[in-house]
Amino acid sequence: MVKANKSKNNVKNLKTVSINNLSHFYGKNENKKQVLNDVNLNIDKGELVLLKGPSGCGKTTLLTLIGALRTCQSGELVVLNNQLNGASRKTRQILRRSIGMIFQGHNLLRCLTAEQNVQMGADLIKGLTYLQRREIARNWLSAVGLEEHHKKLPNDLSGGQKQRVAIARALSANPKLLLADEPTSALDSVTGREIVTLLRKLAKEQNCSVLMVTHDPRISDMADRILNMEDGKIYSAHSELI
Amino acid sequence: MIFSFLKFRKIPLAWLLLTRQPLRLAVAIAGISFAGILMFMQLGFRDGLFDTSVTIHKLLDADLVLISPRSKSSISMSGFPKRRLIQTLAVEDVEKTTPVNLNYLLWRNPENLKTRSILALGFNPSDSLLLDEGFSKKAYKLRNPSRVLFDKLSRPEFGPIEEWFLSDKKVETEVAGKRVIVEGLVELGPSFGADGNLITSRETFLRLFPANPPGSIEIGLVKLKKGSDPELISRILNNSLPNDVRILTKNQFIEFEKNYWKNSTAIGFIFSLGALMGFVVGCVVVYQILYSDVTDHLPEYATLLAMGYRLKSLFFVVAREGFLLALFGYLPAYFSGQILYSVIRNSTKLPIIMDADKTILIFVLVLVMCMGSAAVAMRKLVDADPAEIF
Repeated sequence: MVKANKSKNNVKNLKTVSINNLSHFYGKNENKKQVLNDVNLNIDKGELVLLKGPSGCGKTTLLTLIGALRTCQSGELVVLNNQLNGASRKTRQILRRSIGMIFQGHNLLRCLTAEQNVQMGADLIKGLTYLQRREIARNWLSAVGLEEHHKKLPNDLSGGQKQRVAIARALSANPKLLLADEPTSALDSVTGREIVTLLRKLAKEQNCSVLMVTHDPRISDMADRILNMEDGKIYSAHSELI
Repeated sequence: MIFSFLKFRKIPLAWLLLTRQPLRLAVAIAGISFAGILMFMQLGFRDGLFDTSVTIHKLLDADLVLISPRSKSSISMSGFPKRRLIQTLAVEDVEKTTPVNLNYLLWRNPENLKTRSILALGFNPSDSLLLDEGFSKKAYKLRNPSRVLFDKLSRPEFGPIEEWFLSDKKVETEVAGKRVIVEGLVELGPSFGADGNLITSRETFLRLFPANPPGSIEIGLVKLKKGSDPELISRILNNSLPNDVRILTKNQFIEFEKNYWKNSTAIGFIFSLGALMGFVVGCVVVYQILYSDVTDHLPEYATLLAMGYRLKSLFFVVAREGFLLALFGYLPAYFSGQILYSVIRNSTKLPIIMDADKTILIFVLVLVMCMGSAAVAMRKLVDADPAEIF
């Protein structure tokens, strides 16, 4: 029996995300609308998963639930070994420190330089001095090819450069899971591909799983796995319901 | 030490958020400074009133002061029998006494002949009246009848007395319709109750104000022997003397005057209300600035929450913004206050000074104003929903 439990835990540890029969609703009473319908999904460590689907199919809701930004209503949602159904606000807040997020609009802090924006991520790592955190920020900016732009404010950077800063910021806190929402939508095809290549390389180096919501067909070949979402359900790339 | 400083050092987010829009920051600082200046002025006038009302009280050479229980303040003093003052000499600790008459008389400006009310004090020139060491020499001149000492800090409406006196011109005028000669100058200072002061002998005072009974005085000064306890002697005298006299220590006499202006007139209330208005104006300005700042940066705050920052950390950012605004708003208010106090002092001769109490009180008020407004603006932070930024 003990052996069986141990084996179960080991299997769990291999998964970054484990979702069973997850459902989610918006609104109340007659306005209640189901956006996720018994979703099942597992993401392994270091895996890059693309999630595709039409607008309003529930992709972003799933992303926010996995990112511990919303309260889980029904089903089982385990992220980095934390059961999020019934998790406290504090648990979700602490868990978010292990999850990197890249937004469609990059959401950089306008008053901070590129380096300071990245350092805001590194500042979440405990036990480091200011100089060490700044060093981490500089290294990540260097890794995304922006070492010469570290003193620039977001307004002085191009769309691609801003997205690189956002990636550096997300990775600077040593996340175990990276959630990206259409990170290439505002970029041209060459820059978009560059960004995803970079993201994949850096994530693999850190053994970090990536779940990326995208409509961009130009980056499909770079994913380990592609999932489609429709009407709150997830299908494999071959339209097989998961 | 240095290591822990480096460990806790963070990016100065509050400072960077505030300085991103310099024009808005300048407007905020101007608003807070204006509120600060308003409070400095109102509290300055209020304290000036209280201080000037006791200028003469502070200068009196006495440990105990006898007044009539019917006296309300220096502008409405009642008389009491002079013999009560003599009776105090029965107590061993009493060294000497000085009977003083006090009333408002009409002074004629010798230049334009217009009359104006002046506060007159009458005392025996051989007694001690003021703490000023050089005063006894001047007081000696009052032995001759119809001689007065004029307060050179009196308002200019009383005439160019100081100028004439210093140019060796004989300064002669009328007080209460009787001729007097200015024999010297003293420095007392005007108050809200009196625009000018003069000192004369009791003999001259009674000639100028014949309605005053000779056996009646308005103030009795008691000087105690060294080492005596004024509080104790005051209690002893209050118990032993009849009820037609009240014995106060010098500090109680000062408080008695201040309390009149604080509690029995609307002046103290009006200036305190003015200061409150400044405080409220400042609160509204800071709240508007911080609220719009939080609203403008809501997506950025939501991003920080999504990254794992605690809501409490963001509250601290807004609180720090409030603190910085308080600091930057207070400094110009303080220096402007210094300049305005100096202008008012020179033009009105009121002793409005920037003392430590006022400096600290207004800094605390500005701080409360900014931190309180920041606390209200923080409520908007709760609206920062990290789920909405995807």
